[in-house]
Amino acid sequence: MQKSNNSNSTGNAEQKIPFLNDPKIRSIIYQIVTICMVGLLGYYLFTNTFENLQRQSIATGFGFIDKEASFEIGESLISYSSADTYGKALFVGVLNTIKVAFIGILITVVLGTFLGIARLSTNWLVSKLAAVYIEVMQDIPILLQLFFWYSFFYDILPSPRGALEPVKGVFMSNRGLVFAVPEWHPAFKYMIAVFIAGCVAAYFLRKWAKKRQEKTGQIFPLFLCSTAIILGLPLVTWLFSGAPHKMNVPELIGFNFQGGLNMSPEFGALLLGLVLYTAAFVAEIVRAGIQAVSKGQTEAAMAIGLKPGQILNLVILPQALRVIIPPLTSQMLNLTKNSSLAVAIGFPDFVSVVSTTINQTGQAIEGISMIMVVYLFFSLLTSLFMNWYNKKIALVER
Amino acid sequence: MSKDKSKNNKIHIEGLKAPIIRIGIIQWIRVNLFNGVLNSILTIVMLFLLYKIVPPFIKWAFIDSFWFSTAKECRAGDGACWSIIPANIRFIIFGFYPHELHWRPLLAMIMMVGLLLYCKNRDNWKKSLVYIWISGLFIMGLLMKGGLFGLTSVDSDQWGGLPLTLMLSVFGMVAAYPLGILLALGRRSKMPAVKTVCIIYIELIRGVPLISLLFMSAILFPLFLPQGVTVNKIIRAQAAIIMFTAAYIAEVVRGGLQAITRGQYEAAESLGLNYSQKMRLVILPQALKIVIPPTVGILISAFKDTSLVVIIALYEILKTTRTTLSDPAWMGFSTEAYIFVAMIYFVCCYSMSNYSRRLEKELHS
Repeated sequence: MQKSNNSNSTGNAEQKIPFLNDPKIRSIIYQIVTICMVGLLGYYLFTNTFENLQRQSIATGFGFIDKEASFEIGESLISYSSADTYGKALFVGVLNTIKVAFIGILITVVLGTFLGIARLSTNWLVSKLAAVYIEVMQDIPILLQLFFWYSFFYDILPSPRGALEPVKGVFMSNRGLVFAVPEWHPAFKYMIAVFIAGCVAAYFLRKWAKKRQEKTGQIFPLFLCSTAIILGLPLVTWLFSGAPHKMNVPELIGFNFQGGLNMSPEFGALLLGLVLYTAAFVAEIVRAGIQAVSKGQTEAAMAIGLKPGQILNLVILPQALRVIIPPLTSQMLNLTKNSSLAVAIGFPDFVSVVSTTINQTGQAIEGISMIMVVYLFFSLLTSLFMNWYNKKIALVER
Repeated sequence: MSKDKSKNNKIHIEGLKAPIIRIGIIQWIRVNLFNGVLNSILTIVMLFLLYKIVPPFIKWAFIDSFWFSTAKECRAGDGACWSIIPANIRFIIFGFYPHELHWRPLLAMIMMVGLLLYCKNRDNWKKSLVYIWISGLFIMGLLMKGGLFGLTSVDSDQWGGLPLTLMLSVFGMVAAYPLGILLALGRRSKMPAVKTVCIIYIELIRGVPLISLLFMSAILFPLFLPQGVTVNKIIRAQAAIIMFTAAYIAEVVRGGLQAITRGQYEAAESLGLNYSQKMRLVILPQALKIVIPPTVGILISAFKDTSLVVIIALYEILKTTRTTLSDPAWMGFSTEAYIFVAMIYFVCCYSMSNYSRRLEKELHS
């Protein structure tokens, strides 16, 4: 592959370049060869597949989506029965994947941040324990961890009758984790609405405060005010609607618990495995991000008289986040992709629903391409976010 | 933080010893564990947690445990039942490989570990290493497969356990490396068609979970091949792992290529080197050296990721362990068995990551 970026304009005045030595023509030939090879490979695979499908008389196409699925799904966010279509079953799978990824990411970020800070602690014991945790978790395959937690739920925990109760209202047994939740009350609806309104208000308040600070130099106590708005308004609503505090406590009836919120062993094992595994990686990222901000920055900020909170908010975090966020998003994506291992422990995520569908309909090509499309969609979303974020925080160099 | 206690003792005497709490282990404890209220509380909480967790664990794992008993004796006691490991060790490590031929995969594994240890020393990184590796891998394959030099042939369906795990990851890495370099070069190329093909491949593979590729290898690869051609399940899984790893290596190598300054490219061009000479003699040696530590990182994750072939029912070490656990005699001792497998993985991955960290330091200085 001979190719140079200094164009052929330099030499052709004196002598004509031989046809095959012209970098431009060579480059075109190489590209045509590449495209032909890829095309031929594709054609070869396609014809083989087509012949094989015809010989085995497998019909292709997504027609099966509208047919009755006739298999049950253990847990679902929307109502689903085996009489529903494959399309709906697949949608249930996607929702389950999103559910585990969303909850998992939230807990992972919090736990990972704590571990990362603990790793940097001046307390020797805390720092070493965090180091041991990070090293051990990173070096054991996630699938093994999932199997371990799954067997933890099934082999080690007692049956519901002897359920462990580590905290009042939380029961752990081989049927999963059951915990008390507040009984539904109409006031909660208003509280959610007020909460969202509070978030929006805080956003505009922040914009206004920034503008004012730029104009007048006065600093608005933004953090306190927005916290008061976001948390205070729902609290006030709650108090005004008579402070409903009735709890839905799980009770042992027969062989299992009734009431409360139930987390199945499959979901529990998957969430626990994913969170504990990914948190170790997040901790390393957070540690590296904090260490990336040099000590001089803190000292300079102190020298111009900023308060500790301001130093953290205005100097350290903006710089540390620039280092932390890109690898952090890729870890979030990893968690989402690893959630596909649910198929090994029987949690009905998207991959596991697709695999059941393939087994029943034999539509392997469609099934596997659907898996790929869905995960590609997730990673595309993530990279779109990353590009937007990178542009937003990119260093403005003079 | 605490003011010097000897402050009121103003007289300065040459030979005065430091106060006992300022030296040795006590000073260390003060500085590292109790410097401040928060840290003291943290230390106490941590010590309490350790006290709650460690002694019961030691009691379970070592004091009350069974090492070479039958499953029945284990069930009677309440300690750890490590007996599950020695009782089934040969199946866990070698899978369905014929019992009397176990020395062959064992020898192959020892060879592989020996080769890896030989590679550790950077003085051995010469061209001859490539030939040593190629012949080593060939001999390992021969040992596993047999059929030559009077060795009984063993069908690859019977391969399993730890040798399979090692082979999938090391062969995968060795085969994926050149492919990854080509992809990285293609992605950096100025030819739009080549570049697009490489970008699509890399992003497509990196965007999907490995398990979807493994499904593809198990279900779709047979459809892709012409009639009458069948490829062994292990080879198909290996192909999927190679495809997957290559995309990740490509990204790492691209990072290395980007780190090489423009001057190097220009210098090579001004010497009149053509593209392949330029890359082979100037750019790649430098770029690949930079990316050695992240490459070891990829080897580690490839090693961990081979465990996923469980899902397409290949008998690698995790699957053999689970098969052992489904034996009614040993059912319920999953914790012990998983801890054993986890320890194997941990030892391998930890030594690799430790090595990569050391290498990073050496290469930096």
